[in-house]
Amino acid sequence: MKLTLKIWRQKNATAKGSIQTYPIDGIDGDMSFLEMLDVLNTQLINKGEEPVVFDHDCREGICGTCSLQINGEPHGPDRLITTCQLHMRKFNDGDTIVIEPFRAKAFPVIKDLMVDRSSFDRIQQAGGYISVNTSGNTIDANAIPIEKDDADASFNAAACIGCGACVAACKNASAMLFTAAKVSQFALLPQGRVEASRRVLNMVEQMDKEGFGNCTNTGACEVECPKGISLENIARMNREYLSAGLKG
Amino acid sequence: MSKLNSKVPKGPLSEKWTKHKNDINLVNPANKRNIDVIVVGTGLAGGSAAATLAELGYNVKTFCYQDSPRRAHSIAAQGGINAAKNYQGDGDSTYRLFYDTIKGGDYRSREANVYRLAEVSANIIDQCVAQGVPFAREYGGLLDNRSFGGVLVSRTFYAKGQTGQQLLLGAYSAMNRQINRGKIKPYNRHEMLDLVIVDGKARGIIARDMVTGELERHSAHAVVIASGGYGNVFYLSTNAMGSNVTASWKIHKRGAYFANPCYTQIHPTCIPVSGDHQSKLTLMSESLRNDGRIWVPKKKEDAIAIQQGKLKPVDLAEEDRDYYLERRYPSFGNLVPRDVASRAAKERCDAGFGVNKTGEAVFLDFASAIMRYGREVAAIEHIENPSEEKIRELGEKVIESKYGNLFQMYEKIVDENPYKTPMMIYPAVHYTMGGVWVDYNLETTIPGCFCAGEANFSDHGANRLGASALMQGLADGYFVLPYTISDYLADDIRTGPIPVDTPEFDEAENSIRMQVDKLINNKGSRSVDYFHKRLGKIMWNNVGMSRNEQGLKEAITSIRELREEFWRDVLVPGEANEVNPELEKAMRVADFLELGELFAVDALHRNESCGGHFREEYQTEEGEAMRDDENFMYAAAWEYTGDPGKAILHKENLEYENIEVKTRSYK
Repeated sequence: MKLTLKIWRQKNATAKGSIQTYPIDGIDGDMSFLEMLDVLNTQLINKGEEPVVFDHDCREGICGTCSLQINGEPHGPDRLITTCQLHMRKFNDGDTIVIEPFRAKAFPVIKDLMVDRSSFDRIQQAGGYISVNTSGNTIDANAIPIEKDDADASFNAAACIGCGACVAACKNASAMLFTAAKVSQFALLPQGRVEASRRVLNMVEQMDKEGFGNCTNTGACEVECPKGISLENIARMNREYLSAGLKG
Repeated sequence: MSKLNSKVPKGPLSEKWTKHKNDINLVNPANKRNIDVIVVGTGLAGGSAAATLAELGYNVKTFCYQDSPRRAHSIAAQGGINAAKNYQGDGDSTYRLFYDTIKGGDYRSREANVYRLAEVSANIIDQCVAQGVPFAREYGGLLDNRSFGGVLVSRTFYAKGQTGQQLLLGAYSAMNRQINRGKIKPYNRHEMLDLVIVDGKARGIIARDMVTGELERHSAHAVVIASGGYGNVFYLSTNAMGSNVTASWKIHKRGAYFANPCYTQIHPTCIPVSGDHQSKLTLMSESLRNDGRIWVPKKKEDAIAIQQGKLKPVDLAEEDRDYYLERRYPSFGNLVPRDVASRAAKERCDAGFGVNKTGEAVFLDFASAIMRYGREVAAIEHIENPSEEKIRELGEKVIESKYGNLFQMYEKIVDENPYKTPMMIYPAVHYTMGGVWVDYNLETTIPGCFCAGEANFSDHGANRLGASALMQGLADGYFVLPYTISDYLADDIRTGPIPVDTPEFDEAENSIRMQVDKLINNKGSRSVDYFHKRLGKIMWNNVGMSRNEQGLKEAITSIRELREEFWRDVLVPGEANEVNPELEKAMRVADFLELGELFAVDALHRNESCGGHFREEYQTEEGEAMRDDENFMYAAAWEYTGDPGKAILHKENLEYENIEVKTRSYK
């Protein structure tokens, strides 16, 4: 396969970036998208040029490190996968592929396609936990039965990998789906109810502080989410937030 | 006295841990505020240790190369976590979990450590549920269990196929709570590059800020290494791209002994390599072997036709197929243990019977299971004279309900429908049982330097059982290390902050700076990956699933040559003071090139076969592993001497007081 890659290059956080064009040949449909970039980088290194910097690690769709806006879509054209699980057979010989970093005020570019998502960590630090010590001296794990549907819904929310595709997909760069997933995971479990009000207020406050935009219910986040995190979580967080506010 | 004092407490096995906890020195809560601890790695072991140490009152600094602690590779673990809860009432107990783990490790692990692991396992589940980890539940609301290979009870807790993710996010949330309180200071996108020793004690590290490239000095009263395994010495493995041995290797070079490096687990069911571009390998859960039959063609010409795409596997007649596991192991069939299944696949592929374009794959075929289930369902639903097509349709539904997500994952990667054509699989490097030698307190041979999780050597012997890695990581981090470390730190309550403007920090930082400068200024002609791939090939071919004396000797020579060539000819583009992934890789590969040699040296010295270590010279007539308990029932702990090939061997003899040592037979 012969392709034309148009890739965002930016030396560092303060430098001005631009799109550069790289023709590439000999791409096999069995390669993953990131392996295609590996091929490009090897060629650049051998030519004495600097390789394209991008985030990646597990390359099996679970660590949430890889990102990339591919032809305008986070994680590219396929559904329910991350960029590392996208394969080149989804493209055709002669295609032009535009590759940019995830774009959001709260995700500043570090270099080329690598962005800083530490704002996500700070939202979690504001309340994404249950305040229990790790001594192990708690009650027996089976002391509180939890309805299977609630446990499953909690798991589905907890499956979020924190990649940021929801933010990159949103025209407002809102982090509602990400924040709501963590709020929901705990709100659905009895052990998480105890500090549910404080949690939602603190996490939403931090989310706003980080400069993420508001939610206008377009649903783009759900479409692009590689783990299929449901919009229902946002509705649940709004209810939690409202009732926490009334209590407060 | 030898440095290898395991410090196993006296007394009966089942009372050792309780007694030890009662005997160790504690640090008063007010004094903990004056003590700093560095934790390198934020996976299950490091993340849980950091959170617990901070909760206890110590000042903790965490370091990870990822952009967030949540991305450590523990996140990729699929199957589950073992715990001797006996919720199923099927006769499980601490002793049974202990026994299974020792036997699974082929009698090459330390008895007291394994017993403690089994003992604290139940608490892990209580802890995780309290933290909000959404484990799978039954309709009655109680926790569900599944069964795993090599055991006779159901003791595995799970969260779909994402157990590692959920447990890691639990530890990460416990960390976040402490970060919010100011008790943990996280240094993400930071890589530890050296250990600093002051007056014989570990007192800090040199870390590189991977965004600015700055080398930083961080001091502490103790250093905990929890940086995972070294499977990426093979280049291709199920590890993450960034998983590396650097932290473990650097402490080894500073005096920590490295134990049993040759014990590596090679998992039989992974998606095969599709070409030279391949960057990593993906695991397909072992559970598939319950219903899949493994085969290759009987005739070489058929294998070649399949490799070239001229023949479809479904068109090959039944009598022309070689179900080699069923043929060789009639009693266990397709469910032989991991090491046996892996070696048998390699043997067939080496003989030229591989079934993909690279010749390194075997079939895992669900066709007979689909038809069997289909007929069962047809009978239950009283469908009379169902057509072949109808049976297939019903059977596919059953398979989908059992393994749907794995089949979907396979289809995305390979672009073939595994309901219609057999899956292709091949063994891949998955986990390393060897690692930094530690005593019962998880302390290395460097005072004040501790090691937890996959990075240490202690609990799995020569082979790890499924669902035990997550158990060990969390046991070490939540329940063992935070307490044993206090025995050491009790002497440090009056020490005060450790200064970083000392000759020891100068020396460590300068040595790293020289290494960085050398790599950047080398301007050779080959990329880092070129060397890493070549190292991987040497390791895989000569130090992989089966090893022999000649091959190991060749590997040692080749690795030494490759290492010289690397330092002469490697090309690292860019600068030191910026984001530079090629420089990061070069630093890691430099360490793999040293570890690889010690790995081969260890495999060469161990003249026996045990667990994941198979020496062709030591096998029975049927091709089974032959242990030599008389001469090799010890952990091999290697001391660095300036040359990885000339490491000095220290032996920790393994004594089994509570278990009868037997031959591990699967016939």
